Formats: sequence, structure tokens, C-alpha cells
Amino acid sequence: MDLELILEQMPVVIHSLNIGFLQTLKLFSVTLLGALPLGLIIAFGSMSRFKPLSWLCRVIVWIVRGTPLMIQLLIIYYFPGLVLKNAIWGGGESGRFMAASVAFIFNYACYFSEIYRGGIQSVPKGQQEAGLVLGMTRTQIFFKVTLLQMIKRIVPPISNEIITLVKDTSLARIIALQEIIWAGQAFLKGSQGISGAIWPLFFTAVYYLIFTGILTILLGRLEKKLDYFR
Amino acid sequence: MAILEVNDIRKSFDKTEVLKGISFSLEKGQVVSIIGSSGSGKTTLLRCLNFLEKPDGGTIAVNGETLFDAADPATQRESEIRKKRLHFGLVFQNFNLFPQYTALENVMLAKELLAKEQPGYKSRRRDIHDEIRVQAESLLRQMDLGDRMENYPHQLSGGQQQRVAIARALALQPDILCFDEPTSALDPELTREVLRVIRGLADKKTTMIIVTHEMAFARDVANHTIFMDDGHIVEQGDPQQVFSHPTQERTRRFLDSFNQ
Repeated sequence: MDLELILEQMPVVIHSLNIGFLQTLKLFSVTLLGALPLGLIIAFGSMSRFKPLSWLCRVIVWIVRGTPLMIQLLIIYYFPGLVLKNAIWGGGESGRFMAASVAFIFNYACYFSEIYRGGIQSVPKGQQEAGLVLGMTRTQIFFKVTLLQMIKRIVPPISNEIITLVKDTSLARIIALQEIIWAGQAFLKGSQGISGAIWPLFFTAVYYLIFTGILTILLGRLEKKLDYFR
Repeated sequence: MAILEVNDIRKSFDKTEVLKGISFSLEKGQVVSIIGSSGSGKTTLLRCLNFLEKPDGGTIAVNGETLFDAADPATQRESEIRKKRLHFGLVFQNFNLFPQYTALENVMLAKELLAKEQPGYKSRRRDIHDEIRVQAESLLRQMDLGDRMENYPHQLSGGQQQRVAIARALALQPDILCFDEPTSALDPELTREVLRVIRGLADKKTTMIIVTHEMAFARDVANHTIFMDDGHIVEQGDPQQVFSHPTQERTRRFLDSFNQ
């Protein structure tokens, strides 16, 4: 493998990887948009005083955290069509994207819910009581008092999950979602006149590295921003 | 007429009975000090008055209106309890200021949220906000915190934080202000500055219930002293009387432990 050949292949490969990375970004964003709020709902569910609900939420969290995301992807994508004979996802890339989004949102919501739960429970009870004594409603106490303290506490662990998510999106390759790994791999099998090239697959790592780098800086800034109180 | 009448309040946690029938009353402008060893039920009593705990028995009346009657579920509706709490203010042992707000914002927050629920708030938003701000600033100045209004709690000393907490409680103009060992988390110097402002409130005829381990303060500032032990009121009366000539052996033993 010589450098000249790589340079020659570069424009085609970069173009292809860019398209793949766009799909990676899309899955990443959709997962965050869905999982961040859903996680909060699950967190409240598992803290509910209504036992059947909290029990149900905890069992779901156990199952989702206790099995590989890759298996969840496969089941969510293939189960409706193969077993139920009802291909709810439809064909093609959009169907794969839908299935992958559902699997990722659900999986990450469960992880987030545990982080939220820890965050909520770590805010001292006295904060809630101070709010009550001042005639605030529980909703007001949550949004005006507890929420920001909780956010401050969960930013570091959530950042960690977000960085992991960037790389976990590559698991969607298993259902042939055309994200960046898929795009890089294509040149191994042969695509656009290039075949047997493994360097594009290796090169995808650069994309992940740059993106997680940017996220690390942004999340670090958010953490700093919340430094004004303790 | 008494501003507060507490009658036969009982409270158990699991099988432990913490309050075994507490009755006392309080006149407007009076200060009651409650003393007693740890675990005697003082804090639980204050928490019952502020509806942070629900008594198992007894009644609480303010200005002749029964706010709570253990025998009458109609007095225990969650929606109304919120408004009933406003008759009382509570200053906590560990301040419980909201860390993400400045001293001034801590004092203003609850009042602003209440104002928002009033009809016609939208049209007068500016004026209401200004009124609340002016009131909060004046309260903080009264607490000698005029130069600390824009500070966050973690930038303040314990004594300053507790004075902010007192201003925060006063902002809602409660009928009765309760203190739960307000200086127990403070060193002697900071204790003195907090006691000074509480004394100032007593001079202004603020109705207060003060649970404290500062015996000299409990004697000097109060019009009435209650000594609690094991969920009972063992002795109550004029502070000079209770401190200098206790009638009960238990009271004498407790007070002696402070003189050693």
C-alpha cells in the first residue's frame, strides 16, 4: 500500500465517509433528543411510590442494561418482520434508521435514567423541605430548586455516556445502517472503483476522534458554566 | 386570643412515639423558647407545625382557625396544606439556602412564585417584581447583609447564610417564625451574630418559637420557656422561673448539665 495510491483514492473516500458520518451524526442526535427526556420519565417511574410502576421500570432497566445493545438492535429490527410477519420498519435505509433510533433511544434512556435517579437523590432533602416551608408546590420545587442542582451533579456522568454514544452508533452497522463504519468497509469489498482498501476503515477513527474531541470541549464548558454555585 | 394553640399533638415513627401529647399556646408578639436534650421531640414538634410531618393526633389552630385536626380529614388536604404552611416560617439548623441563587434571589424566590399565582399578575409584573425586590433588600439590610446581597451561599459564612435564611423566612410574613436550633452548626462567634438578629426580631414583637441549646439566650429572649423530655412537656412557664427555680427534678438535672 503506497501513499500515492491513498492520496489518489482520498477524494472519493472522504466524500463517501462524510456521507456515512452524516448518518452517524443523525443517529447520535436523534438518540440524545429522544433518550434525554425519556430517561427522565423512566427515572421518575422507577422512583414512583406506586409499586407496580417502579417495579416495571426497574425490570425494563435491568433487561436493557443487562443485554448487549447489538442484540437489542437485531431483535428490534428483525423481530417484527421475521416473527410477527409485520415489517413495521419498512424497507431501505429509512427503515433501518428508524429501527436503530428506537433501539438506541431506549437503550440510552435506561442508562440516563439511572444517572438521573442518582442525581435527584443526591440533592439534599433539606432543599425540598425549604421549598415546601416557603409555600412552593412540588413542581415549582423541582423546576426552580432541584433541577439545576441535579443537572450540575449529572453533567460529568452524562458526558461520559454521550462520548460512549458517539462510538456506540457504529453498532448500527450490524443491521447495515449506512453510517461511517459501513461506508469505510464498502471500500474493502469494492465500491466506486476502489476495492481491497482497508485504510478507509482505519481512517474512520479520525472522524470519531475529532468529534469526541469537540464534544469533550463543549461538555467541559458546560461543567465550568455550572461552577458558579456549589 | 392566642395566635397559636397546639393541643395534644402526638406523633410516632414506626413504633417509636416521639411526641406524646404536646399542648401549649402562644400570644401574638410572644417568644417561646423550647429546650431539652436531643431526641426529646423538639424538632419533630416544629416539623409538625410546619406540616413537614403529619401528626397522628391533636389539633393546631392559628388565630382561632383550626388548621389541622387529626380527627378531621378535611383539614389535611394536600392542596390546602400548602397555603396553611404560610402561617409558619421555619429556619433550619443547616440553613438549606438554595445554592444556585444569590442571597437576594433566595429571599425573593418564593414570594415571586406566589405573586405569579395572583390574578392580574401579568399586567403589573414589573411593579410587583420591584416591590418584592425592595422588600427583600430591606430585609437583608435588617440582617446586616446589605453588602452581601449578590453573593451566592457558598461565598458566605455560616452566620451570614443563616441570616439570609432568616430573611428568606421573613419575606413571606409568617404569623409565627420557628427556629430549629439555628446556631447549632455555627461556631461561638457566628452564633453571636445570628442570636443578635433574632433578639432584634424579638424587640420588634415578632412571634417566634425557638428551639435552641443556647441556654442563656433561651432564658433572655423568651417570654415563655418549654422544657421537653421524651416527647412530653415536663415543665413550662416564665423563663426566669423555669431556669432559676425549676419545679421538676428532670428539668433541674438537664439545666445542671449546662453548668458543669
